[in-house]
Amino acid sequence: MSSVLYDAPGPRARRNTLIGAVVGGLAVVALLVLAGVQLAKNDQFDADKWGPIFNPGNQYFVAVWGALGRGLVNTVLAAVITVVLALVIGTVLAVLRVTSSPTWRWLVVGVVELLRGLPVVVTIYFASRVLPELGVTLPPLWYVVVGLTAYNCVIIAEIVRAGINALPRGQSEAAYAVGLTRLQVLRIVLLPQAFRIMLPALISQLVVVVKDTSLGFVVFNFEEFVRTANIVIQFFGGQLGINLTLQMYLAVALVFILINYGLGKLAEYVQRRTSRVRRAAQDPGAAPPKELVTVGDGLGAA
Amino acid sequence: MNALIAEFPLYASGFLGTLRLCLFAAVGALFWGTVLAAFRVSPVPPLRFIGLAWVTVFRNSPLVVTLFTFAFALPLVGIQFPTFGGNAFFWPGVAGLICYTAAFVCEAVRSGINSVPPGQAEAARAVGLTFQQTLGAVVLPQAIRTVVPPLGSVMIAMIKNSAIVGAFGVAGELFSVDSALSATGRYYALASLTGVAIAYLVITIPAGIGLGALERRIEVKR
Repeated sequence: MSSVLYDAPGPRARRNTLIGAVVGGLAVVALLVLAGVQLAKNDQFDADKWGPIFNPGNQYFVAVWGALGRGLVNTVLAAVITVVLALVIGTVLAVLRVTSSPTWRWLVVGVVELLRGLPVVVTIYFASRVLPELGVTLPPLWYVVVGLTAYNCVIIAEIVRAGINALPRGQSEAAYAVGLTRLQVLRIVLLPQAFRIMLPALISQLVVVVKDTSLGFVVFNFEEFVRTANIVIQFFGGQLGINLTLQMYLAVALVFILINYGLGKLAEYVQRRTSRVRRAAQDPGAAPPKELVTVGDGLGAA
Repeated sequence: MNALIAEFPLYASGFLGTLRLCLFAAVGALFWGTVLAAFRVSPVPPLRFIGLAWVTVFRNSPLVVTLFTFAFALPLVGIQFPTFGGNAFFWPGVAGLICYTAAFVCEAVRSGINSVPPGQAEAARAVGLTFQQTLGAVVLPQAIRTVVPPLGSVMIAMIKNSAIVGAFGVAGELFSVDSALSATGRYYALASLTGVAIAYLVITIPAGIGLGALERRIEVKR
């Protein structure tokens, strides 16, 4: 590991690192043992608490994962619909912001700033409470989609706008020079390149959306993954007297970590690939500023 | 809408409740996140592992799951949080928010340290500065300037995330003002929730503008 902070270690530094590693390793092991003892003391290692979730041979395993699977389908469905809608609306917003006259631009900027400043849980709850009041009744899934889209479309608008701004000016100048109209320049020249640059940031944003679907717990009757898990916990606690709260949350977290870790790796891979292509094309000034890629990351909603 | 102005004291106390929650969480997350970042850049493998594991777990799982775990699963293994003014969810909420936000703080601080060109530290060592001097006089002053803007965004995101703790049942927080009002049955959700939304915007929009100004001021010209 090359770091700013230290030189290549000499014999003394290597010895200190080794001592640190042994002490640190022992501390980690001690913590794990302590956690294990605490778990055992509270009967958390009982087979009937782990079996229904982690043991395929258990009589409840199929039913539990059948229910969880249906919840997961709802979660993925909400996330995918949201991303598609947010991509479309976000692109329109970005184009409006780039092309509109200053008199209208402030309106777009206002909408973006307004929606960006709201917690996602508030937009989802707002959709689920206010839309029915206004006479718009939707299936629960769509309240979540509306709330998530309201927030994510402005984030994506910012990502796309940053992508357009990161392109060298010669691109649009050349396009205008051959006589394309403003919209043609955007559609044929700028947006396709902007999307290519922004793909990693867009995938990172998908991670945020997948996590945020769990905020659907404020919507009455929307059975996404986390709510389904809670229902299973309640069923086992009420009907069978088995409290598998800890084990269930562990499983839920593991599933989310697997999905999102995979998406994160995919974003990194796409990032490496596109930057290699750009370098190979010898396109000076086209390297995307580093900050753009972390847009989705830094905002890290829930 | 007029009736809502009569409920201003309720909103004001919710506003303060959110600020109080965020203050505890911000202090904890900044401290623990910085410690984790130190772990991640340290030469000691077990510490690096702890940092990496923490970031991977908390950044990839939803805050809701973390909060549920802290509130409902930890008491089962004998970790009982004290109540805060009769409210059982305050400290689990703060703890969950700290654990989650610390992962993002850690990544912001780490990338700040990594953004300092190695030549800076090499030059510092070449003129004979010790490790402490290199860190204190050369690396950290430059790192802090790159770290502040992303840290600010993380903090604003945390303020917004605190609404989840409210939705979760921390009475007296901004989000829960709505349930208090709708329990009276006198208000439309449109009105009471618009009030909640405005109150959040009062925090987040000035914070965002201030952050942008700060960013322009301390920007490192390289």
